[in-house]
Amino acid sequence: MSTSLPAADADALQPGAEILLRALKDQGVEVVFGYPGGAVLPIYDAIFKQNAIRHILVRHEQAAVHAAEGYARSTGRVGVVLVTSGPGATNAVTGLVDALMDSIPVVCLTGQVPTHLIGNDAFQEADTTGITRPATKHNYLVKRSEDLARVVHEAFYVARSGRPGPVVIDLPKDILIGPARYSPPSAAPHRSYRPQTEPDGGAIARAVALLKGAKRPVIYVGGGVINAGDAASEALRRLVQLTGYPATSTLMGLGALPASDPRFLGMLGMHGTYEANLAMHGCDVMLAVGARFDDRVTGKLAAFSPQSRKIHIDIDPSSINKNVPVDLPIVADAGRALSALVAGWEADGATPDRTALAAWWRQIDGWRARECLRYTQSRAAGAIIKPQYAIQRLHALTRESGRPTYITTEVGQHQMWAAQFFGFEQPNRWMTSGGLGTMGYGLPAAMGVQVAHPEALVIDIAGEASILMNIQEMSTLAQYRLPVKVFILNNRYMGMVRQWQELLHGGRYSESYSAALPDFVKLAESFHATGLRAESVDQLDATIRAMLAADGPVIADIAVDEKENCFPMIPSGAPHNEMILGPEHEATAAGVADAGLALV
Amino acid sequence: MPAQGDSDFRSATISVLVDNESGVLARVIGLFSGRGYNIDSLTVAPVEDGGQRSRINVVTSGTQMVIEQIKAQLDRLVPVHRIADLTQQGPHVAREMALMKVIAAGDRRSEALRLADAFRARVVDATTESFIFEMTGSTDKLDAFVALMRPLGLAEVSRTGVAAMARGTRVI
Ligand SMILES: Cc1ncc(C[n+]2csc(CCOP(=O)(O)OP(=O)(O)O)c2C)c(N)n1
Ligand SMILES: [Mg+2]
Repeated sequence: MSTSLPAADADALQPGAEILLRALKDQGVEVVFGYPGGAVLPIYDAIFKQNAIRHILVRHEQAAVHAAEGYARSTGRVGVVLVTSGPGATNAVTGLVDALMDSIPVVCLTGQVPTHLIGNDAFQEADTTGITRPATKHNYLVKRSEDLARVVHEAFYVARSGRPGPVVIDLPKDILIGPARYSPPSAAPHRSYRPQTEPDGGAIARAVALLKGAKRPVIYVGGGVINAGDAASEALRRLVQLTGYPATSTLMGLGALPASDPRFLGMLGMHGTYEANLAMHGCDVMLAVGARFDDRVTGKLAAFSPQSRKIHIDIDPSSINKNVPVDLPIVADAGRALSALVAGWEADGATPDRTALAAWWRQIDGWRARECLRYTQSRAAGAIIKPQYAIQRLHALTRESGRPTYITTEVGQHQMWAAQFFGFEQPNRWMTSGGLGTMGYGLPAAMGVQVAHPEALVIDIAGEASILMNIQEMSTLAQYRLPVKVFILNNRYMGMVRQWQELLHGGRYSESYSAALPDFVKLAESFHATGLRAESVDQLDATIRAMLAADGPVIADIAVDEKENCFPMIPSGAPHNEMILGPEHEATAAGVADAGLALV
Repeated sequence: MPAQGDSDFRSATISVLVDNESGVLARVIGLFSGRGYNIDSLTVAPVEDGGQRSRINVVTSGTQMVIEQIKAQLDRLVPVHRIADLTQQGPHVAREMALMKVIAAGDRRSEALRLADAFRARVVDATTESFIFEMTGSTDKLDAFVALMRPLGLAEVSRTGVAAMARGTRVI
């Protein structure tokens, strides 16, 4: 990785900004997403003088972080952000928290006023390390030039090791100007941060024994499997194949198992499938891998999977026993633990309890037969498009195109429908804001994905409300000729808000109507992109085909049914077996208790 | 977080060895406030030659699950080297120091002095109207002495918080 320079040169004093770029290069950085300002001008000057690192000029610092997240999640590498002091740094905060919640490795360089002005309320001064302390995995304020190179290398190590996350390096301007000596990345172990990646052999053996004895097993996969790299998904596939056990995934884990695998039950949780949630509720042994039992997944904690013994593999010990007590914790990298489980299962000559498993599958197939995702699309000319159908057609037509396809989303109903109806066959093809649920994530994230994969098809599945939160990035797409496709499911409502108001607040649609929307076709055109629109079902396929065929960026405005709700739904605070199914199904759940209203 | 009445609610004295870098205390305190954990007492000071590392002693309380969570959360902070749950590990010494100013005259003054003697508190400052007592001991002992001084003219208290370590040969 390191382009080692002649020894004499390596020892020479250089301005801090040059040292910084050299450290980035040695960390293998190829792209930086950023926005300039006074405090970081020395870095921009150094960028100007070199060609190894490409800079993508975003239109808002929040977007720079989301773009870096998209870049990171689609490549498995660390995404890099560069912003100025004060407002540059504060604008980046939402992106940082987003990356923290979803464990995305990002290094964010922030400018800072010169060290002698820190604390003086200087122009564009903000207490960036103070503000970002709870927003990052770790942060640094570089106060001495001699620390600069070491801190940069350490920041990359921290961002990508263990449970990945965002790291901020706050860089006072005098440090960027002042002379310093470079030091290359050190091979020495970090003095205090050394996450455990190898699983304990005894625990693996106990896990094999538990799994082998299971009568109603379920594998619960989270985003940690994606973070652990392709090897983790491969080991998981092998385990599912060996055992024949049913598996479900969180929103973040989609793609770790192929959606087309018959043993895959679909997503679980609040808008997960009936079969996935009931399998979780009724299982006797649960294997959780790289998942964190968050409230969107567990529903009512006291009633969560009451009869199961739980094995939990996670690289972050603080994720274990946080919400749900587990019987067998395994602290390790998900890939290594899964490979060890596969090896253990094979060495043991283990076989599943076939009779019990067959009975369990019969029960699951019974739940599947409810077809919880069913909806009805009228094919009459002029019929209104169902959002689910729009995603299914998008999926079918992108598959037909045969191109590698990456999907990002905004936040809302469209996000859940994308998760339910766009089948992901591979890891790292699906980027969505899971933990923070950040509207405005999808477009910049798609931009970052497209930068990393210039030839791929990159589509942001959006809502008409969310897309307006970072719409300015259309300008970035134009500047860098990034052919991102924005596929808006336009229901003229903040649909997810409307749905909650309908179901939980007596149909009082307070402030959730998307009034005064722009003409998205003209909007696209004004940003040098192609604008398309589909108003009825007969126009849908042609619109999608035109979108996929376009060379440049596209906004496709798809008018969908305004009243459609996203089902199944487990209301906040309800247990898994009290799921609301859609209008196509007979009534299932009772009304939500008042206590549920307090939950988010 | 589970309520105080829960059966497995306990107090824990946790020692944390950290790199003595700027912001490290803010990280620890922010973790407690951000996640709603209790801090009953907190001390911090450099403990190694050259001041490279500091030791933080925190007395907290919660259910067993919460205390395990606190330790796991502390452990994943980058500058944290080691953690010890002294309460769980077994016998340990936990002491704190207090300065207590008592302003009193006549009988109350002599009673304060008599009690101080019984509790082995030292007089570190005296005027005709006041004393400052210094006392080192367990939190309970200090609490008891403070309570006794209150009706006798206790005017001000300054306490260090707990310093603690395991008994015997065990080290953090
Ligand atoms: C930054 C931000 N603000 C507010 C919310 C709360 N919120 C969640 S979904 C949603 C509505 C999204 O509307 P739209 O983008 O049209 O998607 P739809 O649900 O209609 O598919 C809102 C306001 C959020 N998730 N993020
Ligand atoms: Mg909408």
